[in-house]
Amino acid sequence: MSQQVQDQPMSGDPEGGDGTEELRLLPLDQWHRARGGRMVPFAGYEMPVQYEGIMAEHLWVRAHAGLFDVSHMGQLTFTGEGVEAALEALMPADIQAAKLAHPVYSLLMAENGGILDDLMLTRLGEGEVYMVVNGACKWDDIAHFREFLPDEVGMNHMEDHALLALQGPEAAAALERVVPGVSALVFMQGAPFQWQGHDLWISRSGYTGEDGFELSVPVEAAAALADAITAEPEVKPIGLGARDSLRLEADLPLYGHDLDAETTPVAAALGFALKKRRREEGGFPGHARIMLERENGSILKRVGLVVEGRQPVREGGLVLDADGNEVGKVTSGGFAPTLQQPIAMAYVPAASAEPGTKITLAQRGKIHSAEVVKMPFVPHRYVRKGA
Amino acid sequence: MSRYFTEDHEWVDVDGDTATVGITEYAQSQLGDIVFVEVPDEGKQVSKGDDAAVVESVKAASDVYAPVSGTVIEGNAELADNPALVNEDPEGEGWFFKLTLSDAGELESLMNDSAYQEYVSKL
Repeated sequence: MSQQVQDQPMSGDPEGGDGTEELRLLPLDQWHRARGGRMVPFAGYEMPVQYEGIMAEHLWVRAHAGLFDVSHMGQLTFTGEGVEAALEALMPADIQAAKLAHPVYSLLMAENGGILDDLMLTRLGEGEVYMVVNGACKWDDIAHFREFLPDEVGMNHMEDHALLALQGPEAAAALERVVPGVSALVFMQGAPFQWQGHDLWISRSGYTGEDGFELSVPVEAAAALADAITAEPEVKPIGLGARDSLRLEADLPLYGHDLDAETTPVAAALGFALKKRRREEGGFPGHARIMLERENGSILKRVGLVVEGRQPVREGGLVLDADGNEVGKVTSGGFAPTLQQPIAMAYVPAASAEPGTKITLAQRGKIHSAEVVKMPFVPHRYVRKGA
Repeated sequence: MSRYFTEDHEWVDVDGDTATVGITEYAQSQLGDIVFVEVPDEGKQVSKGDDAAVVESVKAASDVYAPVSGTVIEGNAELADNPALVNEDPEGEGWFFKLTLSDAGELESLMNDSAYQEYVSKL
């Protein structure tokens, strides 16, 4: 028996994972190992791909609550007068109009209209922005910011902070017992909290489609906080494997797979990240191409596919036209635990992007039939109003 | 009846000139939740080392090699509807296929149970 594809904790690792690179350890490395986490290389770190099993962990998060360690991601703060406008020169967000303490999804843009990274940013105050970027991209992002931000803007890489995510329909009830007051937050709202004398920043957000929270915590308090949260009966630790299958079901693209430097926000169906004032005024890399694509449509479009049968069609699978020509590709795919069937994200010709369209896929010499469906595959359950 | 093992984590039970092939407990534990299995059709000729079956878990797709040469006489039809059987009972009900051996001498290059256990303990 041998693997045809690289061991893929999160639809593969764009940063290698061939075992030859120097891997960093997470602040919670020992915590994961003590709980039976199976550690694999991801984004330059040794990370837990699973504890008891991807399927069980996935279903647990959909039914209860799961704690993820996402400390490999880059946490950055930017300070200084004019930081909002300075960051706007690199991305299509309307940062100047963003409400304080409300996270905003945005895209670090390349000159050709491609995407260098996707990220969440939060205005903490006038001239103060907190940002979370992908682990596999963070060093390139930091270099990019150093190169393109004016000297007046200070940047701090918060390597002294871990990042935890608690996700699932029972997340609010569980976390409220540990950090009273968190359940007053609504989806895409954050606030500072105190826990045992430590400062936390918590936002109601996540990467699973479920209600939940992301918690920025000083490294020295991270293990104790993870212990306190997983001591709640609703909560189990969850690995990267389930994080990947959960985000796929929830129509949340993964950078390095569904998004890359050659893919525009229009093709990626991320038009909501192109804010109105920024579309009109421009002033971010790739604006001209993006406006042209909005007008005329992109050649390819990211869609969701349900694959017939039980065999998953994974990243790298081909989209074929009626003559057998390659016209697109699968960028994420797997067996959806919630739906108990294979699903995928793929880039298909714009004319084939309507729900209901039949799509032919090829993988390792075998043809698969699929159908375009509306995403998310599993409905989002965000809490948008206070309970 | 004797059981043999390969370094690729297949097992082979031999009864006369009939061999039953599956993947080991170690293999299923490494793969995790198995969601799809494709077994060879009856009559298919396989040579030692050929791709003979496919097994897919939530996270990865893997080939199962023919550990010995022969003619397939039966694939485990049960696995199409219940691939998780491989997780539950990999070295029993979760067998993959049976074949008629064409060269029993090939078995000599495989490991016995204690040699395989020692091999796995070093992985």
